[in-house]
Amino acid sequence: MTRLPQTGWLADGKRLHLQDGPIDLIVEARGTDNNIRAAYEAAVCRFTGLLDILCDELPELRRAAHSEVSTLQGRVARRMHAAVAPFAATDFITPMAAVAGAVAEEILGAMTASADIDRAYVNNGGDIALHLARNERFTIGLVDHLGMPSLIGKTVIEASDLTRGIATSGWHGRSFSLGIADAVTVLARTAAQADAAATIIANAVDLPGHPLIVRRPASEIQSDTDLGACLVTRSVGKLSHHEIATALDAGAQKARTLLATGLIEGAALHVQGETQVVALKNGESALPCAEIAVRKRNLLHAAEA
Amino acid sequence: MLTEATSISSSGGADKIRCDACPVMCYIKPGAAGACDRYANNNGELVRVDPHVVLERTMSHGGRLVPFQAGGDWDGKIVHESGVFVTAIGAGTTYPDYKPAPFIVSSEIEGVEMVTVVTEGIFSYCGVKVKIDTDRYLGPETATVRVQGEAVGHVTTGEYGSQMLSLGGVHHLTGGSKKEGRVTCDVLMDLSNGKPVEMTIDGGATVVAQAGHPPIVNGVLEERMRVGCGSATIGMFAKQWHGKIDEVVVVDDHITGVLSEHQAGKLLDIPDTGIKMKGRRSTPGRYFQVAEPGTGWGGTNISDPLSVLGPFDPKTARPGMRMMMVSTTGEHAAYFELDEALKPVEKEMPTDLKLSVERIQENCEPALCTVLFMGGAGGSLRSGVTENPVRLTRSVKDALTSVTCGGAPVYVWPGGGITFMVDVTRMPEGAFGYVPTPALVAPIEFTLRLSDYAALGGHMDHVRPLSSLKDNTELRQLPPQTTTPRRA
Repeated sequence: MTRLPQTGWLADGKRLHLQDGPIDLIVEARGTDNNIRAAYEAAVCRFTGLLDILCDELPELRRAAHSEVSTLQGRVARRMHAAVAPFAATDFITPMAAVAGAVAEEILGAMTASADIDRAYVNNGGDIALHLARNERFTIGLVDHLGMPSLIGKTVIEASDLTRGIATSGWHGRSFSLGIADAVTVLARTAAQADAAATIIANAVDLPGHPLIVRRPASEIQSDTDLGACLVTRSVGKLSHHEIATALDAGAQKARTLLATGLIEGAALHVQGETQVVALKNGESALPCAEIAVRKRNLLHAAEA
Repeated sequence: MLTEATSISSSGGADKIRCDACPVMCYIKPGAAGACDRYANNNGELVRVDPHVVLERTMSHGGRLVPFQAGGDWDGKIVHESGVFVTAIGAGTTYPDYKPAPFIVSSEIEGVEMVTVVTEGIFSYCGVKVKIDTDRYLGPETATVRVQGEAVGHVTTGEYGSQMLSLGGVHHLTGGSKKEGRVTCDVLMDLSNGKPVEMTIDGGATVVAQAGHPPIVNGVLEERMRVGCGSATIGMFAKQWHGKIDEVVVVDDHITGVLSEHQAGKLLDIPDTGIKMKGRRSTPGRYFQVAEPGTGWGGTNISDPLSVLGPFDPKTARPGMRMMMVSTTGEHAAYFELDEALKPVEKEMPTDLKLSVERIQENCEPALCTVLFMGGAGGSLRSGVTENPVRLTRSVKDALTSVTCGGAPVYVWPGGGITFMVDVTRMPEGAFGYVPTPALVAPIEFTLRLSDYAALGGHMDHVRPLSSLKDNTELRQLPPQTTTPRRA
């Protein structure tokens, strides 16, 4: 018998909550009732068994990616590889860096393929795949700290923009980071691409050799991590403004390179309360919106009309 | 909200464990959580860390409390304190193949420690049986029942005075087209939540059914169930009429009964009266089509009962003979005596006959639609309750474990598995939900002695005292049930 994912509604009765193992999806679609329902059915259908197929290739997904060669077979696995491949020549990266975004994208793709919906998102723990038809738009909240999220700014994504994926990476999150960014939020053309790029940019936000940064081999913390013995950030002491700026600049430099090659559409980088923005519409001023509380994990980004 | 994860401490002595909750199969170090943040290694033991949410149904609005085994023999009167009943509604469902049911509530009452295992089950194997109190023809047996053109079930074996529909089931939910599954899911959920649903039956009628309300057949509201057809009424009351009257005609659009000709009259040696009925004789004393259907006597179009009679046979009839005519609901009744010309003349009805008419009325119950939800608790749902699912089944069969559905008592079918039926009007409002699978979500609770729970391999480490649920979890208030359509 097929193992079924947990399927339920959030308290508002509109957003679908799908969960299977470590995958936690919040799904919302807008359109006619019939289309919404067809889209949700497609999401459940596609999600069922997805984790099993992914896990079949888990050892390969946890190995460093090669920029051109891949033996991966699964749709999601290939999506993951495609997203990390552009970075594989210069950086250490495994397909797992794009797993959350790739899953979100896959589910959203199943929804838009089987229903005519105006607007939809699949939020996989903060890595979000977006669908925008015609004149629709999303307002995206930005958070500055993955461990204690609060909204520090907003950006708007419109149907005419190229962005269809958002991801956030940082050393407080569920995944490890080689850098010291509290949060790097990336907009890209796909969720998997955003996910991989956020990892790469967050890794670049760094102060190599700084004495206040504690790093540990990833495998000491999690036995089966894809990062093996790589040193991952475990704590960061209070940094000076100058040090923060240096770290942010290193990350922003990486972000601008990726922007130039079309791998991202924009990014916002945060370290210890300071923010640097690369090519974000409406986000330049990073207006504080302190009254809006954002829950951890699933609501890492508050999407609203 | 704090979770158990915060209290997990690492221990040098404990080992890494392999979590088998999902295919990722994380190796988890002591004190660490798996990739999902839901399972952790607590000193070498796999524990669940996600927070629980509990539902409390408050009765503060004067709402009706769903009694738990009220008046029954079951001695574990659990969770009655301060009018709180923990139901599974809103308990949320984990994929129960792997995890204990969301709440396993223990409560010590009168010295007996009890547990209620509370979960919301997702039922693909489920349906509703609808009993529609009407004698009207709804459609041939096995005819397809449709909603929005989609097949959602069929007409099943009729019961006395009622037509029966069997709706839903796994074939309509997941075996047909997507639309069929979706419409079926909606129909089951609406009927189970006490909402009206309009159905059309192939080769039959259009019916609006709503649990606890009278059916509407082809636009006509059915108010009372007749006591029986005209013939059956004769059978039921022949003895009471014997000796008090010479002839009784029970006027009925379906089968009009005539006492003196009927088998029941023959058995009582009631002599022939020379009566002549219109319509088509079926068997002795039973007549079809004495008039057209309508809203007059006994579902016919007549207002003058004598219009269904021909002239009395002068060879048999005699002046002074007494005759009563009555409808199947007792709403209409008249008493006649034959004059010298053998013509029936209406007279004041004798008291003892009036009593028999009142008895017919008394025996006509309000026509209702009743909806029983029927589902099966599969292996995975059961394993949410215990590590050894079959023991739960046995425990239910042995009556050590009581099953309730949203607090309402259920009938558990004999035989394998835990297949149960529940009257949806006894459940709190909005108890049923759906998921886009499509499948229905229904609450289900298993209640048993704590010691019995341990014996059947229960998740003892997840048993929580009721007070801990109330103190440490989100409490949600449900609106009280606003309709109480059941008759006492």
